[in-house]
Amino acid sequence: MGATNHHTLSALVENRPGVLSRVAGLFTRRGFNIDSLAVGPTERPDRSVITIRVDCTRHSVEQVVKQLYKLVDVIDVHEVLPESAIERELLLVKVQADAERRSEVMKLAELFDARVADVGQTSLLLECVEHPDRLAALEELLVPYGILEAIRTGRVAMTRSSAPEGESKTRLRVMG
Amino acid sequence: MSTPTETAVAAARARTGRMTGAEAIIRSLEAEGVDICWGIPGGAILPLYDAFMACDHTVEHVLVRHEQGAGHMAQGYARATGRVGVCIATSGPGATNLVTPIADAFLDSTPMVAITGQVPTHLIGTDAFQEADITGIVMPIVKHSFLVQRAEEIPTAMRAAFHIASSGRPGPVLVDIPKDLQLTEFDFSYPDEVELPGYDTDWITGVDQAAVDAAADLIARARKPVLYVGGGVINAEATDELILLAEALQVPVTTTLLAKGAFPDSHPLSVQMPGMHGSKYANWTMHRSDLLITIGARFDDRVTGKLDAFAPGAKIIHFDIDPAEISKNRTADVSLIGHLNETLPALRDAVLANRNDERIRHQIDWLNEVQGWRRENPFRYRRDGSTLKPEYVMEAFDKALRGKDAIWVTGVGQHQMWAAQYLTIDGPRRWITSGGLGTMGFGVPAAIGAQQACPDAYVVNIDGDGCFQMTMQELATARCYDVPAIHAVINNGWLGMVRQWQELFHDERYSETDLFGTIPDFVKLAESYGCLALRAETEAEADAVIAEAIAARRPTVIDFRVDREEKVYPMVPAGAASHEMLDETWENEWVEDGV
Repeated sequence: MGATNHHTLSALVENRPGVLSRVAGLFTRRGFNIDSLAVGPTERPDRSVITIRVDCTRHSVEQVVKQLYKLVDVIDVHEVLPESAIERELLLVKVQADAERRSEVMKLAELFDARVADVGQTSLLLECVEHPDRLAALEELLVPYGILEAIRTGRVAMTRSSAPEGESKTRLRVMG
Repeated sequence: MSTPTETAVAAARARTGRMTGAEAIIRSLEAEGVDICWGIPGGAILPLYDAFMACDHTVEHVLVRHEQGAGHMAQGYARATGRVGVCIATSGPGATNLVTPIADAFLDSTPMVAITGQVPTHLIGTDAFQEADITGIVMPIVKHSFLVQRAEEIPTAMRAAFHIASSGRPGPVLVDIPKDLQLTEFDFSYPDEVELPGYDTDWITGVDQAAVDAAADLIARARKPVLYVGGGVINAEATDELILLAEALQVPVTTTLLAKGAFPDSHPLSVQMPGMHGSKYANWTMHRSDLLITIGARFDDRVTGKLDAFAPGAKIIHFDIDPAEISKNRTADVSLIGHLNETLPALRDAVLANRNDERIRHQIDWLNEVQGWRRENPFRYRRDGSTLKPEYVMEAFDKALRGKDAIWVTGVGQHQMWAAQYLTIDGPRRWITSGGLGTMGFGVPAAIGAQQACPDAYVVNIDGDGCFQMTMQELATARCYDVPAIHAVINNGWLGMVRQWQELFHDERYSETDLFGTIPDFVKLAESYGCLALRAETEAEADAVIAEAIAARRPTVIDFRVDREEKVYPMVPAGAASHEMLDETWENEWVEDGV
């Protein structure tokens, strides 16, 4: 049913125990592989947002959106289209850098707006909040120095206020 | 069983007062109009059972012998009435024994609320005695579930559970209640509504006229339309609307296994069941059709066969209540989400307003063609004069109960397919079978539940010897509560459907399917349960025992010793296109399209 592509879905859910497993379980059950998943509170304490990145066909993403809507704890689901959204991810990376190479690495960090979070005898710990593609670029440039450890949070995304209404959201009123 | 009156329910809803969580569960059941429920007590649900005895209330509790039985009885009740079926179990093994009926109710869209006890809150997560994370276990097979955290939440959880189970596309909801909360006192009041921001059913109401017009337009241009009807019509109580639509359109109507009775089998427009063991004419009709008017059906693989080859020239109209079914398996050209009892009349009006003589001429030719296939290719079997054919038993039962209010329940397997092929079901909620999950053992308990829902009906469970042995312990329940359903065991001494596949597709290697010689004497067994026990090995005996069983009005088991090797035909082998039907009995070859 067509070529697969990456899709970012944003689900507004009730902040209740078990919601994350319901959402994650649905992806497993319908045979989707989750690339990344981020969950966190919103401006309302009784609501959370789960941002899910999947690699699948257009037809499948429509199916999964419909299935997500059927979960009683899911209030709203939309696909975040990259061109009309801000997407960010946090990278923590520990790079080999003795005194000799420290400034070199710090210069590189500066270029990416990464912050030096910790300095060790032989390593630097950088933190960077950026578009995931930029994080990938930074990581690639750090490889030659020796990456000791790297973790990323999974992306979160928010549609720009300037995006035309309707364009950014696959809105579907669905229940089960 | 008498359904509580509106005033009784209103009074129950208005009740307030200080009470334990256990009593609150019972008051909630009363407020939902529940007259009967099924279950077994155990440690973590003991306070509820204590309250059943300690309080005055109007909820009858039926003690079953295995929690799976409680679940299927609740399903039988729900399918026979359209009301929510309620089953109760304790924590751990009690709850896990409900998993099969919950999954069954989920796949067949049956409204059900399962109430389970849970270990006390302070023990949750400690691997306590009889602790199982049942809300976690059932997550992919429930419409929703609640793990109640505070006693005060019991009324809202119960209200939400019944609302979710019975609205939209119905399904099972589980409410898990820790033991300590059942013992906690609080001030009870029952909410009219529960706020569920993620569950909105209001928008389904109403008809999108543009979609109706688009559907009517496709119909007006079709040469070979067919109504492809699923169980959604029964859940929507839209049988009358469907009949009016079909008669206005004058098109053939095929009803899936779950939809049997949604459109009368004996109606001249009916082409009965499609799919793996459906009629040749239903499958050919779908295959040659240029427009499937799909109503509350879901393009299940047992209907479509090889999906790519299914109804290759047909456009698709899809009416349903669940948007997730639209274009799931087959892309719809026109779709409409709504209540079928609203959308079907709208479609009928649009079609009648758009009369087109040319269309009618073409469609009459089509109807004649379909009816020709039907005349020449009925369901049929060969009688050999010596063995009792299972199909004969179906015909004999069908004849014996024609004109009476009969409810037919089945297990899963060959007997289920023969029943689907040979029984004439002319009304909704009179055919109760496990379709989606295909649960062997469904028959005995589901028949008991259906009979308790409809005490005056003649309930017949067409069962197999394999299925019967999975849940036959519920004969004790039938006897205790004098539930007169007839359990007709089509006994061929095999796990017959599996055997059929082994014969046809596994070179007759009958791996672990022969039950012969290990089957208990069903007559003696039924007698020991206090049931009327009968046996038939010939057609004459079959006629006689059927008459005796129908007249008896008491729990009855009939052991029909049928031809051991009879197979279900026609058959679409798994993975084949739906029009390529195997019918060894008659042609001994692949039967291609009828034309």
